[in-house]
Amino acid sequence: MKDETIICRCEDITWGEIRQALEKGYTTLDEIKRITRAGMGRCQGKTCRRILLREIAKYYNKKIEEIDITTFRPPTKPVKLGTLAGDNDD
Amino acid sequence: MMIKSADIVIIGGGIQGCSIAYNLAKKGAKNIVILEKNTCASGSSGRCGAGIRQQFGTKMNCILARESMKTFETLSEELDYDIELNQAGYLILAYTEKEINQFKKNVVLEQSLDIDAKMVTPEEAKEIVPCLNLEGIKGGTFCPTDGNVNPLYTTFAYAEAAQRLGVKYYPFTEVTEIKTEDGHILSVITNKGEILTSIIVDAAGGYSGPVGKIAGVDIPVYSQRHQILITEPIDPLWKPMLMSFSENYYFQQLPDGGILGGFGDPEHEIKGGNINSTWQFSRTMAKKIVKLVPILKEVHMVRQWAGLYNISPDAQPILGEHSKLKGFYMSLGFSGHGFMLAPTSGKLIAELILDGKTSIPIDKLDIGRFERGELIIEPSVV
Repeated sequence: MKDETIICRCEDITWGEIRQALEKGYTTLDEIKRITRAGMGRCQGKTCRRILLREIAKYYNKKIEEIDITTFRPPTKPVKLGTLAGDNDD
Repeated sequence: MMIKSADIVIIGGGIQGCSIAYNLAKKGAKNIVILEKNTCASGSSGRCGAGIRQQFGTKMNCILARESMKTFETLSEELDYDIELNQAGYLILAYTEKEINQFKKNVVLEQSLDIDAKMVTPEEAKEIVPCLNLEGIKGGTFCPTDGNVNPLYTTFAYAEAAQRLGVKYYPFTEVTEIKTEDGHILSVITNKGEILTSIIVDAAGGYSGPVGKIAGVDIPVYSQRHQILITEPIDPLWKPMLMSFSENYYFQQLPDGGILGGFGDPEHEIKGGNINSTWQFSRTMAKKIVKLVPILKEVHMVRQWAGLYNISPDAQPILGEHSKLKGFYMSLGFSGHGFMLAPTSGKLIAELILDGKTSIPIDKLDIGRFERGELIIEPSVV
């Protein structure tokens, strides 16, 4: 993969930035997320999480199942503050 | 392979532990170890609200916070890591006359300590934050040099700088037993092996009480969940942190455009280690945000999470050596404002361990104050 390839489209994070974090010795998806912001954008990692898992596994010569996944946090999809603040409970 | 013995073992790879480790190493100490049961900043440091302020209601907190801010101002350079310092100010809003009176006292105190806070009228508040709905607001205080940093980067910065100075950092290493004899420490046993040491620092944040229990000492703290949400990034709308103690909220537009906020809910929030998120929190927080800045009703929340406040009986940190166990130092119980004080608390704990005295007096923050009944009352916390 080229360094300039975009991995996280929401936060504009490239493979080069991910590679640098891995080279610093960070090993988990959580750490990569916290250092690069990959997966913290509007889609919350729905696009990049699988790519990141695959690339971390490849970098450490591990199976993809051996890489811990990040916590899936609410909401499942973005919700307007106005909707959340509304009086209706549905 | 893990090291067999160490001069100082720090338990907790959060902002306190990493700041203490860095400051110890900077003063020339050797054989320092950080034990972290997960990874650096995976606990409350990486989950905090990112705000750093100097506006407090007690002299000691003002001084600790002012000195921390001085350190934050040059920390990116010192640690060779951009911590994204953003001094956009804190606008703290008052809703009652009683609160105005308290704020007037705070400002007199702050100004006497060279903190550039001032009273503002509702109109002046609106000049600082034009999108503000002034309903119910009687005034407030503004300190332009308060702000925020990236708490993850700050913790990583301390951890990496400490390691460059020789500190050994062990992630995924959990303390299971602390061996003691006649009030002295013999060793720390972890899931990765035993380390002989006579000095331990409990900097385990939300888990610092259990660490005390493992060491056989009582620490009067408990942990309680505190939740936060963040929105999608939007165009710049305003800069300072908006905060209220009586209406109970804090939220801010961060430099990348997202709006981050939380509130304290000590009556309802669950105690212990639970860090799940709740729907009730995001609804209440959204109501608070939309009331104060109505235009934000069209903005989407993208994520919510939770961390732990480690709370002491007077909501002030416990700093210093435990009276019942020699060599057992504590930097814990910060009750929600530990991140912002860490540059100073880390420095002072390092001084205390190596020199036996500190450049700013912290003897009033010792664990003995609860037995003596000398609690510190800080009026300005969320």
